[in-house]
Amino acid sequence: MSFQIDFGTEKSPIVGIDLGTTNSLVAVMELTGPRILSGIVPSVVSVTESGDVIAGADARELLLTHPDRTVYSVKRLMGRGVEDIQDELKLFPFHIVEGSESTIKLKLGEKTFTPPEVSAHILRRLKLDAEAELGVQITQAVITVPAYFNDAQRQATKDAGRIAGLEVLRLVNEPTAAALAYGLDKRKEGIVAVYDFGGGTFDISILRLHDGIFEVLATNGDTHLGGDDIDNLMLRIALEDIQSEWGFDVSTKSDAVQLLRRAVIDAKEKLSFVPATTIDLAYGGKTYQREITRELFDKLAAPVIDRTLGPCRDCIKDAGVTVEQIDEVVMVGGSTRIPMVRSAVEVLFRKRPHTELNPDEVVALGAAVQAGILSGDVEDKLLLDVTPLSLGIETMGGLISKLIHRNSTIPASATEQFTTAVDGQRNVLIHVVQGERELVKDCRSLARFDLKDIAPMPAGFARIEVRFLIDANGILSVTARDSRSGKEQSVEIKPSYGLSDDQVEAMILESFDKAQEDFNERQVREARVEADSILAATEKARKNDAYFELLEEERTAIERGVSELMVVYHGDDHLLIRSKIDQLNEATNRLAENMMNTAVRGALKGTNING
Amino acid sequence: MLYYEAFGMEPALSLDADELKKRFYERSRQWHPDKFSRASTAEQDKALEMTAVLNDAFRTLRDPIARTEYFLKENGIELSKEAPPELLEEVFELNMALEELRDGDDSARPQLIAARDRFVAMRGEIDEALQSASVRYDASKDAVVLDEIRASLNRRRYIRNLIREVENVLPN
Repeated sequence: MSFQIDFGTEKSPIVGIDLGTTNSLVAVMELTGPRILSGIVPSVVSVTESGDVIAGADARELLLTHPDRTVYSVKRLMGRGVEDIQDELKLFPFHIVEGSESTIKLKLGEKTFTPPEVSAHILRRLKLDAEAELGVQITQAVITVPAYFNDAQRQATKDAGRIAGLEVLRLVNEPTAAALAYGLDKRKEGIVAVYDFGGGTFDISILRLHDGIFEVLATNGDTHLGGDDIDNLMLRIALEDIQSEWGFDVSTKSDAVQLLRRAVIDAKEKLSFVPATTIDLAYGGKTYQREITRELFDKLAAPVIDRTLGPCRDCIKDAGVTVEQIDEVVMVGGSTRIPMVRSAVEVLFRKRPHTELNPDEVVALGAAVQAGILSGDVEDKLLLDVTPLSLGIETMGGLISKLIHRNSTIPASATEQFTTAVDGQRNVLIHVVQGERELVKDCRSLARFDLKDIAPMPAGFARIEVRFLIDANGILSVTARDSRSGKEQSVEIKPSYGLSDDQVEAMILESFDKAQEDFNERQVREARVEADSILAATEKARKNDAYFELLEEERTAIERGVSELMVVYHGDDHLLIRSKIDQLNEATNRLAENMMNTAVRGALKGTNING
Repeated sequence: MLYYEAFGMEPALSLDADELKKRFYERSRQWHPDKFSRASTAEQDKALEMTAVLNDAFRTLRDPIARTEYFLKENGIELSKEAPPELLEEVFELNMALEELRDGDDSARPQLIAARDRFVAMRGEIDEALQSASVRYDASKDAVVLDEIRASLNRRRYIRNLIREVENVLPN
């Protein structure tokens, strides 16, 4: 009758999180290897009419009934400005608040959210699931990002973690995480390509394996290319169909569009296994059905799939390897279930790709392995990743001087000397950009750094040494010093996109309090569940003969234990509930023993006793 | 020199690529920030700093040209940006051909292809000369050899830019 669950003082584990465009997962490293905690959480967030924010499967259902209060594929907006997402707005029902500029704000019902806040709600759902599964509070995580994410997108992901009350110990690139999960290091030496085609992003990475070291040689990709794009093509055709069949346009009815989108995705997923299926929609008393064959699907999807091949070829070239030298190809992401994707990859790499692991889970599993590396539990593996984009500064005439080239192993740094152009100049402004093109206007503005309070002196006389450092997360920091005096030079950073530290701070406090509240609530709920089972077991035992064999005071102790537990049961102090559970457990010890003995005696006699 | 120090190696123009790689992996295993995620902030910063330098150093030292440029710079020798005089006439003709092709005159194509092949061959010769000069310098530490290397690097950089220019115009 011991129902004790060990809520001991085990150190809280670092979880690995795959924060995906379509779905998200959380995993943890265990002695036997990485394990997924709970199930897939759809990356959907909704605000109910009563104002509660919910994330996951329930929110996904609300997408059908309350599309105006619900958002999906928010990963497409992370670290971006309104002018970047005009193409996205044509295809996705994002409700952007008027006046959003460098920071996008989304409207869900009566509330507004930045993309990191929306993501934070997904992260919090995962955090709660992990806590429920592991029975400890989770405060630290490794979160995966597309390898091709730029600095702003990475920063936004890190912000989301902070807002969710998670210390993000590391951002790991998704394809690299997948390579970790695949146990490819059984092969001591070799070259591996990871083709990662998800809901909204595409990455290709080529790695060299060397005795547990996973060294990324090159990476390439497209952060706005995924299964979503195929869905949108199918959706457009179905909408046109419906218009000609029904005689009116349903594309303005957001609930109908979401129903149809669901039907299209179902059809797409089925077509990976059957040669033909149908897209079905029932809306407003009307029904629509259309057959779609794999042949037609392939024709639609071909241009999208083709767009992944160019980056693959570039990546092979940048890695300095030939196709023949690549020993293995690994498939990651839900879109790699599509047969046409598999055959395109097989043709390009001239070998059959690995598809043994669930492509939806492998990234989260890899994130958990990386978490194990950080905690010290995994000692034999090490990931050496690269920065996907070159880092440069604006020079005269809108040109770029590159400081750190793409595919440089991170952490990486570069030092540059700056001086003044005018006598007595006190400030120097440095514009940092990311990208491969020659002109500033074709690259991504990261931030403007203002070197301030330069001592007044003749033009060209100042010597300010600026150090650009990209850390292991792929995030840039800048420090400066006066090379004559050696003194630290103050730098004011104006990020081009994203949230300021203060903004993130304000968002955290709000949701962190809530997370704390949630955690307490859950502790209480769990304690009550435990109380329920011991109360039920005691109730049952009191009808057993063994109960009447107890001493009078033993029975009194049990009665008292039951009533005291019932008194604290409805309070919100889980520790108190647990102490009363312990007390009752103690009081029923001898009863349990007696019952056990009776059961044993009964068993010896050949009678079956259900204690 | 910082980059050589990161590998515990004496500064030299030629070095053993396998040994460099071996030390890179060894030191990565020791210094990488992943190994310090539960250490103090100061230790974490140090690990980040050391690994960044190690990576920068590996990138520079494993490439013979980048390594030589670094070595010269650390010895206070700057490369010049001027065109090597012996190439001037050739460059003049090349620019005319490039101009013609950009204007849509395809007859300049064979001339450009020939020029590119010639430059690629020149680059190969320079690389060989650099390699043997590096060995000579390491043995003698003779400043005259460094000057020779500097001249070769100048020429090489210039030729590399020419090849790039031609290749931008000639689709493979």
